[in-house]
Amino acid sequence: MFEQSTVIRAIHSTFEWLLGLVGVDIEIIPESIRVVLYGLVAAGGLMSGIALSVMLYVWMERRIAGRIQARCGPNRVGPFGLLQTLADTFKLLRKEDIIPTGANKFLFAFAPMIVLAGVVAAFAAVPFSYDTETGEGIMVADIDLGIFLITSIIATEVIGVIMAGWASNNKWSLYGAMREAAQVVSYEIPLGLSVLVPVMIVGSLSLADATADQLGGNWLLWRSPFMPVVFFIFYVAGLAGCKRAPFDLPEAESELVAGFHTEYSGLRFSFFFMEEYASMTLISAIGAIFFFGGGDLFGLQGDSAILMFLILIVKILISISVMIWIRWTLPRLRVDQVMTLGYKVLTPLAFFMLLGATIWDLTDANERILGFLRRP
Amino acid sequence: MSEREIRLQDDIDRDVLIGAGDIATDEMYINMGPQHPSTHGVLRVLLRTDGEIVTEAHPHIGYLHRCAEKIGECLDYVKFQPYTDRMDYLAAMNNNLGYAMVVESLAGLEIPERATLLRIIIVELNRIASHLIAFGTYGLDSGAMTPFFHAWREREEMLTLFEKICGARLTYNYVCIGGVVNDAPEGWKDKVLDFLDRFEKRWTEYNNLLSYNRIFIRRSANIGVITPEECYDYGLTGPMLRGSGISWDLRRDRPYLGYDRFDFDVPVGQGEMGTLGDCWDRYWVRMVEMKESAKIVRQAFDLLETAEGSHKAKVPKVFKPKVGEAYVGIENPRGELGFYVLSDGSKNAYRLRVRGPSFCNLSILEKLLPGTMIADAVMVIGSTDIVLGEVDR
Repeated sequence: MFEQSTVIRAIHSTFEWLLGLVGVDIEIIPESIRVVLYGLVAAGGLMSGIALSVMLYVWMERRIAGRIQARCGPNRVGPFGLLQTLADTFKLLRKEDIIPTGANKFLFAFAPMIVLAGVVAAFAAVPFSYDTETGEGIMVADIDLGIFLITSIIATEVIGVIMAGWASNNKWSLYGAMREAAQVVSYEIPLGLSVLVPVMIVGSLSLADATADQLGGNWLLWRSPFMPVVFFIFYVAGLAGCKRAPFDLPEAESELVAGFHTEYSGLRFSFFFMEEYASMTLISAIGAIFFFGGGDLFGLQGDSAILMFLILIVKILISISVMIWIRWTLPRLRVDQVMTLGYKVLTPLAFFMLLGATIWDLTDANERILGFLRRP
Repeated sequence: MSEREIRLQDDIDRDVLIGAGDIATDEMYINMGPQHPSTHGVLRVLLRTDGEIVTEAHPHIGYLHRCAEKIGECLDYVKFQPYTDRMDYLAAMNNNLGYAMVVESLAGLEIPERATLLRIIIVELNRIASHLIAFGTYGLDSGAMTPFFHAWREREEMLTLFEKICGARLTYNYVCIGGVVNDAPEGWKDKVLDFLDRFEKRWTEYNNLLSYNRIFIRRSANIGVITPEECYDYGLTGPMLRGSGISWDLRRDRPYLGYDRFDFDVPVGQGEMGTLGDCWDRYWVRMVEMKESAKIVRQAFDLLETAEGSHKAKVPKVFKPKVGEAYVGIENPRGELGFYVLSDGSKNAYRLRVRGPSFCNLSILEKLLPGTMIADAVMVIGSTDIVLGEVDR
């Protein structure tokens, strides 16, 4: 057997058991085919998990927005309006898929898939829980370059957005696409730098190692006085990465009608919609794992992988609620202000934080200070 | 025509429209409206843009033209009254008042004190309701959706109050020639005063939510700056004029309905957050005006306690004013709303002309928009607070 992650192993043993019921040995399937098969199953699982959670987030967003805006929000379809998103999904599925005249049909049709695929693929490297016995993260692809893979793979999403804006044959869409291109270069650098700090402290690019390192309440957030600032940079840049208010410039419904997805309808539109929430989840998950201990709650969860999973979900939900809260409170920044923020504020700040945290870590400042305080 | 010919024709049309033959390849024409979320109705602005920066802007109006002035010449004086509602539909009471006053001045009608005070109350309440929309939609323009809903919460209460007094929620037709249609119902006063108490508390909330928000200030200060000279040149009135620091309010400077009896301030722009006459100043003038209107309403209610007369003067069935002309300008939420009527002694006006504040305020867009970014253009258009129903009439 080749080196495999926990999830792939679980899929393997399920298949083994299923085929065993009909008396077939799994080894007769060539390994190359099995790899593809398991990958597809895992991707399907991730995809449906994301789709389901997006439904929950949309409902959450609309209910919280309703509360903030002195109205009810959806409360008619199902208990507390929980099925509203399901109803909306069916509506979107049934809608006509309009491709405007003059649009580049291939790119127009292909763009939503690239956008969604980039984000969903990134989830493969996210450990949803942690196995304390074997010391492995419960994830689809347990690779050493975890965060490196994630940051590079979500960058493909931008290509999809630019494709969508360009292929739409609509000037407002084109503006949305250009804004996205301008925005991405201003937030990617601080985002990358802010992620670099926890990576440096943990000493590994793998998110599972980051979780392992923080078990028992030893969260990275309070490893050094620089970490809260680093988290702030990460969160702000992450918001820009999700195209969420106050950085929703590529959409900017009051300026660009609907930005890059002005011309999209039906299912293709819902892909963009899902991408937004999926990347919110991704940013929240990375934030929770890199700064707030992942599935750890001061060691209270013990060795239970399920509890760790639930704790991580709660942390993600809290983060998403904050994002929703920000969106419905703040006005939108202007495009030059976003770039100023990225280049002139966040990037230098992130560099200083990196430098500070490095020095702090190299000099074992925590130990020294604690030692000094404990001195009789 | 073949596709190519159509395209050529489009290009020619565009050049004629823009008045420019020198189309640089790196500039782009973009049609903002009439179906754009931030043009506050059916305004269409043709923008020439260089990247995000607007280099030229041409507002096109007329998508909501309903021949209101011509209708006014074809109908009896009394029958035209409801049409004024449809002009500035956010401040229908004020429009009613402007028309009623011009006809009264033409006919030399005396209005009872009670009617006058009821008019002032209702008109000032409508000013608040109208500025609430200006506040809310300005938040929308800047990308903050929540203030809009908060503004609507209060406007909803106001519309209920209007409904109580006249039965309508948008097109009131309440202020009529000779006074107002009916007296305030029992307990209406207390409801209004109750509402004003709540409103003033929420006014502070609005400011915490939007006015003093750092992002909002960054977005609205220092853009769309209008100098006092430009105000005079373009004939700006209302908050657009006062935002540039010019203290001119018809209620105070050319008092009608006895506005001089009331104690109220005329807020002017101070350039607090940036340059004098920027978008934030205009926005702030509207915010403060809401409070001042509330002040006037309270005082008017005090006077109403002892007011003599009925809610309406006696108006003859067949209304035929003498030969002559009259112009009355009143302070609408958006500026000076003027009605000019020329009478030839018949049942209809011979000529009716409206001086719409939105129409005049809109004219400066061509001057303000070039040089701003697209996002700013939205903010500048929002800060003019136009109602296309009245621009196009």
